[in-house]
Amino acid sequence: MKMLHKIAIAVLLSAALASVLARYIAPAGYEQQFRDEAQARPSIHHLLGTDDLGRDRFARVVYGMRVSLFLAPLAALLSTILAAAVGGIAGFCGGWVERVVMGATDLFLALPWLFLLITVRAVLPLNLSPVASVIITFALLGMLGWAPAARVICAGARQALQSDFVWSARARGCGGLRLIRVHLLPSLRPALAAQFFLSIPVFIIAEANLGALGLGVSEPLPSLGGLVCELQDFVMLRPEPWRLAPLVVLIVVIGAFQVLLSKQEVQA
Amino acid sequence: MRARALLISLVLACTCTVFAQNGGGQNGGELRFCLRSDPKTFNPLLVNDDASETVRYLTAGFLLRVNRLTQQPEPDLAISWKILNQGKSIRFKLRPDVRYSDGTPFSAVDVAYTMQRLLDGSVHSATSDAFRSGEGKLVTRVLSPTLIELNFPAPVANLAYLFDFVPILSSTSPQKEMAALGPFFVAEHKAGAFVLLKRNPNYWKKDPQGRQLPYLDSVRLEVEQNPDIEAMRYERGEIDLINTVSPAIYEKLSSVNASSVRDAGPSTDVEEVWFNQVPSAPIPAYKKQWFASTAFRHAISEAINREDMARLVFRGHAVPAAGNVPQSNKFWFNANLQPQAYDTSGALRRLQSDGFRMENQQLRDKNGNPVEFSIVTNAGNRSREQMATMIQQDLKKIGIKVNVVTLDFNSLLERMTQTFNYEACLLGTVNGDLDPSSQMTMWLSSGEDHIWNPKEKAPATAWEAEIDKQMRIQASTLDLHKRKAAWDQVQKIAWEQAPVIYLVNKDSLVAISPQIKNAQPSPFRPQAYWNIENLMLARR
Repeated sequence: MKMLHKIAIAVLLSAALASVLARYIAPAGYEQQFRDEAQARPSIHHLLGTDDLGRDRFARVVYGMRVSLFLAPLAALLSTILAAAVGGIAGFCGGWVERVVMGATDLFLALPWLFLLITVRAVLPLNLSPVASVIITFALLGMLGWAPAARVICAGARQALQSDFVWSARARGCGGLRLIRVHLLPSLRPALAAQFFLSIPVFIIAEANLGALGLGVSEPLPSLGGLVCELQDFVMLRPEPWRLAPLVVLIVVIGAFQVLLSKQEVQA
Repeated sequence: MRARALLISLVLACTCTVFAQNGGGQNGGELRFCLRSDPKTFNPLLVNDDASETVRYLTAGFLLRVNRLTQQPEPDLAISWKILNQGKSIRFKLRPDVRYSDGTPFSAVDVAYTMQRLLDGSVHSATSDAFRSGEGKLVTRVLSPTLIELNFPAPVANLAYLFDFVPILSSTSPQKEMAALGPFFVAEHKAGAFVLLKRNPNYWKKDPQGRQLPYLDSVRLEVEQNPDIEAMRYERGEIDLINTVSPAIYEKLSSVNASSVRDAGPSTDVEEVWFNQVPSAPIPAYKKQWFASTAFRHAISEAINREDMARLVFRGHAVPAAGNVPQSNKFWFNANLQPQAYDTSGALRRLQSDGFRMENQQLRDKNGNPVEFSIVTNAGNRSREQMATMIQQDLKKIGIKVNVVTLDFNSLLERMTQTFNYEACLLGTVNGDLDPSSQMTMWLSSGEDHIWNPKEKAPATAWEAEIDKQMRIQASTLDLHKRKAAWDQVQKIAWEQAPVIYLVNKDSLVAISPQIKNAQPSPFRPQAYWNIENLMLARR
């Protein structure tokens, strides 16, 4: 278990390092079209061959990891903060506040978030750069993904309020913000960390889903989701198995997060 | 012994003769292929989707049919026809002794009934618009059971060809619109799964040897949305044809068995990009100025490498387009037009002559605004996304920044037709009809489909006024040469003014099992099975 944990961290660190150093590792820019070498097989010049427009597949995978590895954790952080705020308030206040807030959370959970996301994207300004558009997409994912975690945090906060150390703190006159900051939040930290790690692969896959609908990251910026979307014409995969590279990377990255998540869950 | 040998030789000789005539096929059998969705209707007059159109094509009877190879109308239920009264009337002589699939006799009364139903406003038939040439009602005169005259309030251009889209219903059959005059009738339908068509026992057509057509016993249309799964099923022999395959699937199938796919040549489908020229559009005024400039539009057209687009996106199964009429439309194509040649320096010169200038690899207009715009296209269409990405790269070479935006189709349609909140749009046009009269709403400045600036109250430019004039000339005369001259002029103006930048004409790619005999794929719909009655299956 410990070994697996180390491997997962090593995998994620290597992937993060590779994406940060993409400019030096990749043989070409992710958008550069070598039109005379389109659909080339893997070679020294193009390690994973080239795509339909002659773009280097390896470069696109390495740059694509940037989007997934950096923006998904940021979106996860945003959704965890929102979940902590909403769930924490509900659990701490209890009574009618909890019922109202949790009712609103249930309503939020029932929303068809994919359609909501499509609708919001449809009204965005058209001249946004691909980078701005992908940041907005992940911000939306973060803002829409807090509800399941909020329920867990609310339950955790309610449980913590009944614990002996909180009774003891209250008996000594500790209350309000100090009680939350000094006693409640530290006790909720494992649950929050678990929610954070749980959200990362969810957001990576959500982006992949949007990519499959053609509504993910806009061209020419690559993302793992968008690259996986290119596998839709899978009749071509038997003769060109190297096209599976983005899917393999996606599985390995999500697998590594899941390994870390298991540890966090145990701690929580 | 000698007599026996002679008998065997005779039997062999006869068998060989029959095989030679059939191309190695035999009567009977079931042809299987896929529909992308369940048919929305079996009422032939209400057809508005591909799946229903397939069922209609295979089951309905028509007065005449346009041969998809020669592009000429041929007699079907009508033996002959004559245009009268300067295009206001048409008289059909009908085939005698024809019966519907349920045995109900066919006569001129059925044609009159069909035309009245078709033009009844409450039916909302998409086919009827082409016949509405002027105010007033259609007058039908049944002169005898096999002779009918249809009188329209105003001349209808291309009148005879329009009957290629009019399925003839029965006025008396208890089965109503399900009674078929075509080669097959609908025998079974399981929603979401399949439609089973069986041979119409009363179909009138016979082959040169006098055998009743169609050769096939039945056609099974299975609903399959995923083209990749459809291709896999074709490879496994579970279906016999795919009417339209993507270039990627074509290449894959071709690498396994070259005889299992065919490229029928450029289709009438054209991919295009246009700039929003609606005066009230919520886009900056300086951008409206660029988009209204012919030099700007031409420069963009010149900077796009269509050859690369055809080679990479469509894997060579497309040709650069000169306009919205493909070369395969033999009569109506203006042969004097050539696709815009790729020339970045020429594009830059043209832009400079229009006041644009390059500064640090960035093109700016005369007021110093950087030239940047977005191209919207429909999400999920990979070839369009790739074309937009290629345009992005091509225009970067002349200092123009392009943002590619993919939107779900409903949002795109809303921007195109209601809010006009877009700058440039990349989409495709599907031309079902070869005749220009079907494109009136696209070219008339008042037309709803005048995509760059719909429903103009008066033509916004002199060249649009000229297009209006030429379109009206071609729609109001029966003289084919005058119509052709007018339509050539429209194509020429469209090329010179480039309100729409035509990119490529896609080829019609079909997959037809070598087991199917007599197949003659056409670039025009329905590509693979347009001669369904002559298709035959070899012994499996």
